[in-house]
Amino acid sequence: MIPASFDYVRAGSAAEAISLIAEYGDEAKFLAGGHSLLPMMKLRLAQPTVLVDIARVEDLSYIRDAGDHIAIGALTRHMDVEKSTVLAQHVPLLAHAAGHVGDPQVRHRGTIGGSIAHADPASDLPATTLALGATYVVQGPNGTREIRAADFYKGFLESDLAADEMITEIRVPKMNGAGWSFQKFNRRAQDWAIVGVAAWRGSNDSGVALVNMGSTPVLASSVSKALAGGASIADAAALAVTEASPSKDNNASVEYRTHLAKVLVRRALEESSK
Amino acid sequence: MEIHVTVNGTQHVSDVEPRTLLVHYIREVLGLTGTNVGCDTSSCGACSIHLDGRAAKSCTVLAVQADGSTVTTIEGMAAADGTLHPMQKAFMENHGLQCGYCTPGMVMAATSLLEDNPNLTEDDIRLGLEGNLCRCTGYHNIVKSVLAAAGK
Repeated sequence: MIPASFDYVRAGSAAEAISLIAEYGDEAKFLAGGHSLLPMMKLRLAQPTVLVDIARVEDLSYIRDAGDHIAIGALTRHMDVEKSTVLAQHVPLLAHAAGHVGDPQVRHRGTIGGSIAHADPASDLPATTLALGATYVVQGPNGTREIRAADFYKGFLESDLAADEMITEIRVPKMNGAGWSFQKFNRRAQDWAIVGVAAWRGSNDSGVALVNMGSTPVLASSVSKALAGGASIADAAALAVTEASPSKDNNASVEYRTHLAKVLVRRALEESSK
Repeated sequence: MEIHVTVNGTQHVSDVEPRTLLVHYIREVLGLTGTNVGCDTSSCGACSIHLDGRAAKSCTVLAVQADGSTVTTIEGMAAADGTLHPMQKAFMENHGLQCGYCTPGMVMAATSLLEDNPNLTEDDIRLGLEGNLCRCTGYHNIVKSVLAAAGK
């Protein structure tokens, strides 16, 4: 399969990328690693007439300790997130989850910013950054703004990102030694999760988010609320699907996903509480 | 669009359509047909090559994205005098192939995996090659081959 014809332009900076997108309008798309966009273009699920390649934008590939959080450049590849010693120390859940995206070849190309901008509820990193209470820094024609992960995801493959905005940085709070767990349940190697859970638990608080349990990644705030109120892990896990609205597909029925989410949240909380 | 790509040590300047996939550029423009097209959906890994030193699936990269890059394909693995790359030799000696279709991709993915982690265990290999499918299901000897190349 070959994508339909399009024009290709390359941006050398975030500002240039944004002005190019503005110039070409709605039919233009940013291209980073291309591992979500190109498969969709081959299948004609996306048919942009212009691709603005941002992969060479200088200075958007980095992982830095920024005090209370770790700042990750949007064009940082999954493999670099997975192997980061800074993240291994301060946000091990994210480094671990990045190691579960696709397969090594995919992780060599795909970027964290691209994965988040694609806003696929079945992807690992949108839910993981949601569980961690991340903030996304977004640049547009009128400057930059920060969007909390909890406010970012609006619908299936839809986010708060305007067509002329691009994610430049992902800010993830340090976990300060909190316990964590990443559960990814699938039947085939390299597949998307049928259901996934990203969870962490500190002495007073916790964060739990679900993969593939609705049209967006789902923050299971009822679980965290119950834990904060002194509920047992089993009782809190029973609330796993309170915020979820799973659908059925070839892999699983709604009932199966619902059951799986509760089991996986329980396992994740047990592992996080060790 | 004009692209400059170094493939197996040779510089190429080519005019390609933006939608040309890197795998088609490698096979059809450069005539290097060792890189196979399998699933064409970035699942099977038959089209794996090294792009700037890291394994990538060339069916999911545009040729224009590789502009200015260095590409190694299976044809670039053996030495100029024909001496096989240690990974190729390990596949040969351990019967790491049956029909051979997945083999170029397996070799490219495995060498990249070994570079990422020189202390590969059997589990690391099984997990690290999850993006490469062998429809002969000859995985056991493929894993054996990579273990041998890793000196295990």
